[in-house]
Amino acid sequence: MDFKKKVLDIIKNKGETSDKLLEILLEVQNKTKGKYLSEEALIIISNELKIPLSKVYGVATFYSMISTKKRGKYLVQICNSSPCYLNGGKMVTKTFEKLLNIKVGETTKDNLFTLEYTSCIGACDIAPAIKINDEVYGNLTPEKIKSLLNVLRKEDVK
Amino acid sequence: MINLISRLCGKISPLSIKDYKNNKGFKALEKVLFKMEPENVIDEVKNSNLRGRGGAAFPTGLKWSFVASEKNECKYVICNADEGEPGTFKDKILLDGCPFQVIEGMIIAGYAVGANTGYIYIRGEYPKSRNILTKALDILRNEGYLGKNILGKEFSFDIEIRSGAGAYVCGEETALIESIEGNPGRSRFKPPYPPNQGLWGRPTLVNNVETLANIPIILSIGSKEYKEYGTESSAGTKLLSVSGSVVNKGVYEVEFGITLREVIYDICGGLKDNKRLKFVQLGGSSGACLPKEMLDTKLDFDKLNELDIGLGSGAVFVGNEDTCILDFIKSTMEFFKHESCGKCTPCREGNRHIINIINRIIDGDGTERDLELLNSLALLMKDTSLCGLGQAAPTALITTMKYFSEEYIEHIKGYCKTGSCGKGEF
Repeated sequence: MDFKKKVLDIIKNKGETSDKLLEILLEVQNKTKGKYLSEEALIIISNELKIPLSKVYGVATFYSMISTKKRGKYLVQICNSSPCYLNGGKMVTKTFEKLLNIKVGETTKDNLFTLEYTSCIGACDIAPAIKINDEVYGNLTPEKIKSLLNVLRKEDVK
Repeated sequence: MINLISRLCGKISPLSIKDYKNNKGFKALEKVLFKMEPENVIDEVKNSNLRGRGGAAFPTGLKWSFVASEKNECKYVICNADEGEPGTFKDKILLDGCPFQVIEGMIIAGYAVGANTGYIYIRGEYPKSRNILTKALDILRNEGYLGKNILGKEFSFDIEIRSGAGAYVCGEETALIESIEGNPGRSRFKPPYPPNQGLWGRPTLVNNVETLANIPIILSIGSKEYKEYGTESSAGTKLLSVSGSVVNKGVYEVEFGITLREVIYDICGGLKDNKRLKFVQLGGSSGACLPKEMLDTKLDFDKLNELDIGLGSGAVFVGNEDTCILDFIKSTMEFFKHESCGKCTPCREGNRHIINIINRIIDGDGTERDLELLNSLALLMKDTSLCGLGQAAPTALITTMKYFSEEYIEHIKGYCKTGSCGKGEF
């Protein structure tokens, strides 16, 4: 019930017209634990905006920032476009995979970290770069990645 | 380097309207609203020879006149802030550094073409820039620069922000329009073009952030003075985003006519660790790769046109001697495979097949016939894809096969002199 009210509030706030679909999907995802869109959320949005569920799902899965799969508290997105890929991007992927003991596309067992690739995030001047939630981190080295993960783990305990 | 369009970026507080006005902000808008008719504004933009800065370099004034000549009570102006071309980060500098200038350009555009509603479509990867823009719009509404009867005149204009959600193809104007309408961002068949039938079927002007940031400057200094910057065929300045193996990466505003050599060695301080330059990719992942013999190429629309290359978004990516061309092409094509919207067959299938062949060659199983296959696939995509994404996706492949053919042969023979394409190695 609580979740439904949250979704309804977002829809009301953004506007109940079909062109607001993408804005609503993004906002609901942002406000959902696990940063994803559950089937329940998609159904509520479909009913409220009077858009077929198939279309809501189609839009949600077209855009790579939207996920229909549960993700970790920290969404680590590694840029794999050429300026990062050729400037240490491969090292970044390898280091994260090793330290988190997961592959790209997976979430750690404690639901803390999800590892994903992203296309260019406009941080080519500080390549290799990643995004963790809304924060961009650049000029990464294995040591920096290690200490970054330590800081985030400590933050979580707080 | 020069400071014309980016003159206020980093110099003023981005959300201080007082700072902006103290630096001649909104002078152009006042001039336009009180002293000029819409057609005079369009003539001034036409006379400035401004061409779109998003990548396609279409004459801006001409585009404006298409929208202005449509008889429709409802028209739209869209600011394309979906900066997704890999290696491009110049619009972000303008949006974060001087949002009022971009918005001023939009209001002037609205007045000139007869639109009352504007949209800023900003990529989802820039949440902080979106916040700045939201605040900027609120400030302008309070100050009477947006809303009903702007500065007491009969002209009304307001702007809404829409967010992208991680789709490169939405930088293409019809895909962007689809996205604003709440659909998956798949390109439309053209014609009709947006100036005739765009957002919700209405006449729509879509301009890039940097293009719009040029507008207040052109209107304040006049097209004549504006044309003193740059070259005869390419007026004004361009923001370049330089990345890769140079010492000083970043965004630099330059006058047209500058050479790549000057950009890389004079402005960016040459290559890091004294490495040798291998290639320069101009215009992001969809741009051409040029060998060091072409470093004296001038950045000028006509000069580049003669060489059959484009300036694109103004991204300059520098690859050094350690870069394996095949590895680079692989990452480029992976990008396009991921970003293809899937609507047309050449792009949806072409990218996949090119990657398969490149992988085969990297793995040492390639043959000479694979090169012929790559060539015919690339040309097919270039000629028959529905939108700019598929048409430009094989550009890097085509140009590296032209200028670095020996490296493809080398891999077919089973070795790589850089050794950096080895799977999983770093």
